[in-house]
Amino acid sequence: MITLDRLPQGAIAAVRKLSGGKELKSRLSAMGLTEGAHLTVLQNRGNGPVLVKVRDTRIALGRGEAIKVLVEQVAA
Amino acid sequence: MNAVQGKQKTLLIGLAGQPNVGKSTVFNLLTGLRQHVGNWPGKTVERREGTLVHEGVTLRVVDLPGTYSLTANSPEERIARDFILHQHPDVVIMIADAAALERNLYLLSELLLLPVPVVLGLNMMDVAQAQGIEIEPHVLAAALGIPVVPLVASRAQGVAQLVAEAVRLARSPAGFAPARPEIAEPHREVLASVRALLGSRVPLPYQADWIAMKLLEGDREVAALVREWLPDVSWRQIEAILAAHEDAVADIAAGRYEWIERMVRAAVKRPRLGQVGFTDRLDRYALHPLWGMLILLAAFALVFALTFRIAGPIQAWLDTAAVEPLRGRVEAMLVATPPWFSALVADGVLGGAGIVLTFLPVLAIFFTALALLEDTGYFARAAYVMDRLMHFLGLHGKSFLPLCIGFGCNVPAVMGARVIESRSGRLLTILLAPLVPCSARLMVLAFLAPAFFGDLAWLVAVAFVLGNLVLLAIIGIVLSHTLFRGERMAFIMELPLYHAPNAGSIARFVWFNLRAFLRKAGSLILLISVLIWALSYFPGTGLEESYLARFGRSLAPIGQLLGLDWRMLVALLASFVAKENAIAALGILYGSTAQTGLAQTLASQVPPASALSFIAATMLFIPCAATIAVMRQETGSWRWTLFGVGLLLVLALGAAALVYQGCRLLGFGVD
Repeated sequence: MITLDRLPQGAIAAVRKLSGGKELKSRLSAMGLTEGAHLTVLQNRGNGPVLVKVRDTRIALGRGEAIKVLVEQVAA
Repeated sequence: MNAVQGKQKTLLIGLAGQPNVGKSTVFNLLTGLRQHVGNWPGKTVERREGTLVHEGVTLRVVDLPGTYSLTANSPEERIARDFILHQHPDVVIMIADAAALERNLYLLSELLLLPVPVVLGLNMMDVAQAQGIEIEPHVLAAALGIPVVPLVASRAQGVAQLVAEAVRLARSPAGFAPARPEIAEPHREVLASVRALLGSRVPLPYQADWIAMKLLEGDREVAALVREWLPDVSWRQIEAILAAHEDAVADIAAGRYEWIERMVRAAVKRPRLGQVGFTDRLDRYALHPLWGMLILLAAFALVFALTFRIAGPIQAWLDTAAVEPLRGRVEAMLVATPPWFSALVADGVLGGAGIVLTFLPVLAIFFTALALLEDTGYFARAAYVMDRLMHFLGLHGKSFLPLCIGFGCNVPAVMGARVIESRSGRLLTILLAPLVPCSARLMVLAFLAPAFFGDLAWLVAVAFVLGNLVLLAIIGIVLSHTLFRGERMAFIMELPLYHAPNAGSIARFVWFNLRAFLRKAGSLILLISVLIWALSYFPGTGLEESYLARFGRSLAPIGQLLGLDWRMLVALLASFVAKENAIAALGILYGSTAQTGLAQTLASQVPPASALSFIAATMLFIPCAATIAVMRQETGSWRWTLFGVGLLLVLALGAAALVYQGCRLLGFGVD
């Protein structure tokens, strides 16, 4: 398991766990980032926000938020 | 006529949906221009309500704020659920984006837990189809146990059926028995024990099951309510349970998504491989750190060029073709009245109205451009690209949008700060917004720079605009490391699909914003311009002896430091009404004539160093009256408003003094 901000561009991963406060968890999961959800990293340049596609929508996360999403890479 | 049936009443309909699902297009289709725009009581969130008549029944449609869920994470979510709980709508219409069905149904999974019948409108069926997603609405309806109506709102398809279903359901709500998500297995017992502790202490309209669920989801508002309802002993027991099950939030959400997946399984067929669509191809450039920034710059350069190229001439035309002739005619009509009265009407009232009028073309074009960028989905990309830079100021990408609007007018900029979820982020954005030079200040700059600096005018102008932005950055960095230290703001934002803009919704956006400006700012500008006029007219022995002039002269010691004589100080004060007043006031005070224009008069009477100092002060001076009014409205606090005003006053005077004294030291253009 690694944090979302460390996934390379193009990676496909499954969400395993959310950390952080309840409010952040609640917002992230409402937007589709729940345990088991598959996501594709559309953009991650090592700095600046991370863009993922999850449940047919594009969600931008600040790096501080991406760190709170634990994922397991399933494909490149 | 059908009163006998007892069913001919007004039906109240709540229109719910996540952001970016075309909900406002549906709202506009439903209610046309029979809309009322206001604010939710005590909130700065816009409330839109409209009516329509369907087969003799009046439907009151309330457009609820777009929300991803109904947990009280934001004012919008609180408003949406409070409306449903306390206003008891007869039916809720939820609009979903068919191309992102699962994520959209998350809101439905929460709505179905509330005591209200729901109709689901599946919008953007065409977009879903284009992506190879096939949805069978009746299969989905059967699974969910609620009416499902396919829509293509951008082509006005399906709305009539949506209304018919909503009315049918509102009239016979008894038969409404939808499938409802159940809490995931591991937390079922926990929920039951919280539920037991609540006992019968949950008052209507709340339901104990829902309250227990929201407690597990960490909803602070519900927790506060429960604390009031329960004796301390029971509350402490509940608190202990909640503390032991911190993970419940994520599990409950995951459980809802599992339920959604089950619901849509039979109804939705999707292509095996997601193809790279138009949006993703365009985003490769629009979101690129370099190309994205260039596209952003180009987009805004275009907006400003359009605004000034088109609005400038219209403004000039309005002035010569409408305001001046009107003034002449009014003066002629009022010959018989006392001189102060005709001056009041011609200079005070019409002068003020003229200023309001000159705002309109600029704002109209700016709002149109803004609506275009927003409606196509580009604005969210701009926020994404700017996120990196905004972090240095202690803000994130979303603050870029309101600040950028500030170039048009600071009033909507301050109001635009509503898009930022956290209060500290909103406050900081509101405090920084007036540092963005608005179009009125840019006009002053565009007038004064050529008057004094000829060929170098553009260089001076660019330097001053950059100066403002650099100051904005410095103040942002300082404030985020002092007053706002430790406040980190979460940046989570959806980037919607690009789509063709809708002329109707753009026109409405522009119209409602202009109307709001005319109503709020318009009357205030008029009022203060009459006030300033009175100060400059009375006691009636000429401007040089007026109260305004006396006040200006009393400020002479400050003026000396800044290199500004009393007339320039008065012009600066007059800019408090509306920034372009600075020019008008200079015109009156320096007595420009038709033979020698104001620019020439000024250039011959004012040393360049003083001109630089005056420009610096104008660019940074306290926000105009209208901006201050909305700052108070949006922060809900006079203390923060006055802090912001004081900050700018210090900056303006400091910068002007620095510029003038700097010039003096260098021996540049002092006389």
